[in-house]
Amino acid sequence: MSRITNEQVKHVANLARLEMDESEVEKFTTQLDDIISMAEQLNELDTDHVEPTTHVLDLKNVLREDKVQPWLSREEALKNAPDEENGQVKVPSIFE
Amino acid sequence: MNFETIIGLEVHSELKTNTKIFCNCSTNFGAPPNTNVCPICLGHPGVLPVMNEQAVDFAMRAAMALNCEIAEDTKFDRKNYFYPDNPKAYQISQYDKPIGENGWIDIEVNGKTKRIGITRLHLEEDAGKLTHVDGENHSLVDFNRQGTPLVEIVSEPDIRTPEEAYAYLEKLKAILQYTEVSDCKMEEGSLRCDANLSLRPYGQEEFGTKTELKNLNSFANVHKGLQYEEIRQEKELLAGNVIGQETRRYDEAGKKTILMRVKEGSDDYRYFPEPDLVRLSIDQAWMDRVRNDIPELPDARRERYVNKYDLPEYDANVLTQSKKMSDFFEVAIEQGADPKQASNWLMGEVSAYLNANYKEIDEVALTPEGLGKLIALIDEGTISSKIAKKVFKDLIEKGGDPEQIVKDKGLVQISDEGELRKIVTGILDENEQSIEDYKNGKDRALGFLVGQVMKATKGKANPPMVNKLIVEEMDKR
Repeated sequence: MSRITNEQVKHVANLARLEMDESEVEKFTTQLDDIISMAEQLNELDTDHVEPTTHVLDLKNVLREDKVQPWLSREEALKNAPDEENGQVKVPSIFE
Repeated sequence: MNFETIIGLEVHSELKTNTKIFCNCSTNFGAPPNTNVCPICLGHPGVLPVMNEQAVDFAMRAAMALNCEIAEDTKFDRKNYFYPDNPKAYQISQYDKPIGENGWIDIEVNGKTKRIGITRLHLEEDAGKLTHVDGENHSLVDFNRQGTPLVEIVSEPDIRTPEEAYAYLEKLKAILQYTEVSDCKMEEGSLRCDANLSLRPYGQEEFGTKTELKNLNSFANVHKGLQYEEIRQEKELLAGNVIGQETRRYDEAGKKTILMRVKEGSDDYRYFPEPDLVRLSIDQAWMDRVRNDIPELPDARRERYVNKYDLPEYDANVLTQSKKMSDFFEVAIEQGADPKQASNWLMGEVSAYLNANYKEIDEVALTPEGLGKLIALIDEGTISSKIAKKVFKDLIEKGGDPEQIVKDKGLVQISDEGELRKIVTGILDENEQSIEDYKNGKDRALGFLVGQVMKATKGKANPPMVNKLIVEEMDKR
């Protein structure tokens, strides 16, 4: 019995901007279903009195002072941009 | 209206820190594009964000001023989405453990006080600025704003009218400005507002489907956008149509709301705890330190103005709406100005000038000292209130010392009885008819004669004295 549908896989793939053909959708549907089944074994444990872990490090309050320190020049900053114009990063048109 | 309107507001406000939330780049507004950036805010691989303590302090301060409970344990989460102004393809925000929850503010509409609940206040990072180039098939991105600390403040759906929404925003803005956590400049984007609106039949418990309004770039547009949306939804519902859960934007030119997109659910953002930041644990000492730093809030100031300075409730309200105006008033009082007169000038001439010129009180040459001195000159009888308006125009446009202006321009009021009597006699000699009219009971004739004296003295004569002298002199004839 599959709890993950092809539609869900396509939806998640779209959110992650991944392109998939139908055979890949089938493959990942089965695999994701297996993964969910495996993770479900954890439900057998009694976790009623266990705080959810949000971080593996036992650290808290790592903070920095509010002091300005320049780092990159604009030239350096734009080096990795696919394209630029007037000191700005040029991207395909976005309309909303 | 056949339906009850339900409004909830979501306000984003940039915090006034020196640096960004996770890196040491400056948050300075107006710098050349992409000059306040670094590998951290640009989302280069392998970099680590480190939390700015001042940003947390400011978020706590704002949450406290909004009467929120402060989370003792709080964390950050990733909100995943693709957009060109978001270089990491996720925004670091707070999902299920915001810094503040369950707050409220009191607003006043039509003389009635109403409490509006604050669901939550959380800390997050701002995105870059995307500029659409007209007629081109590309857009441009400036990442200077990327990583600027923001608080998102979500109200309960307690707001029932566009007027209440407006009052809520005014109050929220005042609080954020008074607490000195944000400039709240809508034109610079340091305060932004989204609004949710739905309708339900009166008496119905559950809410109707809501639409979200974006692109509300002024409080006036929030008001207009909500007014339009209220009517649009009502028409749809009365026509038997269903309201879609969608995002709409307010079109200022067309004065209507336009569909942008059908809204995605929060599941689609695939939130998960941010692994690059450790949790924040806020103890009592930290809370106390932040609480002690909160400056006096508008409500407290308003009360003080009424109790200490004997100002009418109305004046106290108007003066405390903006912190800058209120601060100006306070300094003028400290310099010895009479509170009621200072209030009259600020609400009258000063506000009229600011509104007409789209300026704020700190953008004009007038100083609190200047206003205080001007009021003193009127009080002493050195200048008439009519002349004062002329001096005021100079003060607000060019600044300077009112006493000096009065001297330089020879505006000192003529209060010398002998000198005035001479002028009055001269005017009476030229206006026999008016004297006769006055004696025949035409009061207007007196006004005319006073006007003639004022004209002859270029407005410098002391008006009550002129009045008295004219009557005296006429009685002699």
